[in-house]
Amino acid sequence: MLAEYVPILLFIIVGLGLGAVLIVAGFILGPRRPDEEKLSPYECGFEAFEDSRMRFDVRYYLVALLFIIFDLEIAFLFPWAIVLDEVGLFGVAAMGLFLVILLIGFLYEWKKGALEWE
Amino acid sequence: MTTDAFEIPNLTLALPEIWMLGVACLVLVVDLFSGDRDHTPAYWVAQLGLLSAALITVQAQWGLDVTTFDGNYVADAMAVVLKVTVLLLTFLAFAYSRDYLRERGMLRGEFYLLSLFSTLGMMVIISAHSLLVLYLGVELMSLSLYALVAMRRGSPAASEAAMKYFVLGALASGMLLYGMSMLYGATGSLDLAAITDVAAAESRLLLVFGLVFTVVGVAFKFGAVPFHMWVPDVYQGAPTAVTLFIATASKVAAVGLFIRLIGEGLEPLHGDWQNMVLLLAVASILIGNTVALVQTNIKRMLAYSTFNHIGFIFLGFVAGSAEGYGASMFYAVTYSFTVAAAFGVIMLLSRQGFEAENLEDFKGLNERSPLFALVMLLLMVSLTGIPGTVGFYAKWLVIRSVVDAGVMWAAVFAVIGAVVGAFYYLRVVRLCYFDQPEAEGGPQPSGSGGFRFVLAANGLSVLLLGLFPGALVAVCMAAFG
Repeated sequence: MLAEYVPILLFIIVGLGLGAVLIVAGFILGPRRPDEEKLSPYECGFEAFEDSRMRFDVRYYLVALLFIIFDLEIAFLFPWAIVLDEVGLFGVAAMGLFLVILLIGFLYEWKKGALEWE
Repeated sequence: MTTDAFEIPNLTLALPEIWMLGVACLVLVVDLFSGDRDHTPAYWVAQLGLLSAALITVQAQWGLDVTTFDGNYVADAMAVVLKVTVLLLTFLAFAYSRDYLRERGMLRGEFYLLSLFSTLGMMVIISAHSLLVLYLGVELMSLSLYALVAMRRGSPAASEAAMKYFVLGALASGMLLYGMSMLYGATGSLDLAAITDVAAAESRLLLVFGLVFTVVGVAFKFGAVPFHMWVPDVYQGAPTAVTLFIATASKVAAVGLFIRLIGEGLEPLHGDWQNMVLLLAVASILIGNTVALVQTNIKRMLAYSTFNHIGFIFLGFVAGSAEGYGASMFYAVTYSFTVAAAFGVIMLLSRQGFEAENLEDFKGLNERSPLFALVMLLLMVSLTGIPGTVGFYAKWLVIRSVVDAGVMWAAVFAVIGAVVGAFYYLRVVRLCYFDQPEAEGGPQPSGSGGFRFVLAANGLSVLLLGLFPGALVAVCMAAFG
């Protein structure tokens, strides 16, 4: 049974090998003439304003989480919409239930103020 | 591509879980809009929901043995017993913890919400009949528990406990999942019935390999030695209300996890897992008893003595027979109700800014509250396993199943372990009855009338189960008949 996995092993070996070869080749063969301008960091052509390791608001995570939840909702809705005529009433009811549960979660975050930026 | 016609599952069979999900969502909405500072509406909705869920479980599933959702979900007598136990334990946890949490400013709607979702996860585990559903239940239970442990946000001890619980729990889940993937690889099916068939037909190294990882994962969730390092810290660091919940309900669910996945699912490999389970049981009894002897914090003492009881539960599994599983289930059910009452007494004696955590706090309890000293006496005697109490019958059933399985030395070892355990349990009784309280008089019992009533009823139920154990024994044995 393990023999069935040989193509995957080959794929991994080839993938790793090719990646390594390309990096090493670029490293060896590429011309390198560094100067001050080339090595300095820049933002869209300007001098860098501040350190790249700065703090940012924890609320960004909240927004990202909310985004993922509703993104997933869409990801479920699309295939469901395509086969809508085949899933019948049961399919409609199941998706309705799913949306209700999501709606309760939405209600919770709204009431708890997760959507207020201030 | 051909597909089987889609079949609408028998939803009435899964009514208990559906009901619990509805209750949890309702609690969330009610709590959001009530604006009550004590979260009274959420509390009552949750309590009524739990009790009605227990009734629905009995109504919908007792006496059946059928699967639905394409074999992913099973409704049988074992599921009924374990689910009703879990639901009642959650009910007790809510009833005991209300005053405790309010005094500490931790009474939030999320406590009820997370506990209810955790309970739902336990119910899913208990009725799971495929690897996927089993894992889904384990994660729903565990993730809610991690958050519950971290509920006391300002406390470094609670944060440490939550962090340890989360990291080690995630590791355990990983082990379990790895073992499950091996089982899937070896059998080509997620359905436990199909896995049993394949395991019976041929013996493969890969199956045993997967078995080892699943046993380790389940032992982690139980907190059996040597996978126990998280238990004392979590018990001590978590709010007592959450400790109660983890120490009782999650153990009952773990019994379901073991029996579904290993006991029944991998029954043909009994010869392979018997010695693993025996080793876990003996190590748990040994470490649990010896370390519990020197504890001065009663929550830590209960944590270490938990290992002793987990050892007994595992001993019941050793035989791999219906009697053995029935004995383990009886043990887990009675033990968790006894320990729930013990944590109830701890919370009764705790008040604002004071945790009755040290054994000294129990000195002279008899003079302050004869009723709850009596309850404590009853609980400790039952945990010791003295004849006439429910703990004795539980130990006796387990040891009988081990003797029937022909592992005489383990039975002798378990009895010696029970005798050693008598020391630290009866020490609490001595403190309650024969020692004088500290100069300032020691903690007074606090708590509302309802709390006291439920606690007294819980203690009384332990007494009654000790006097008339026959009915519950019969139910537990019938579940595997």
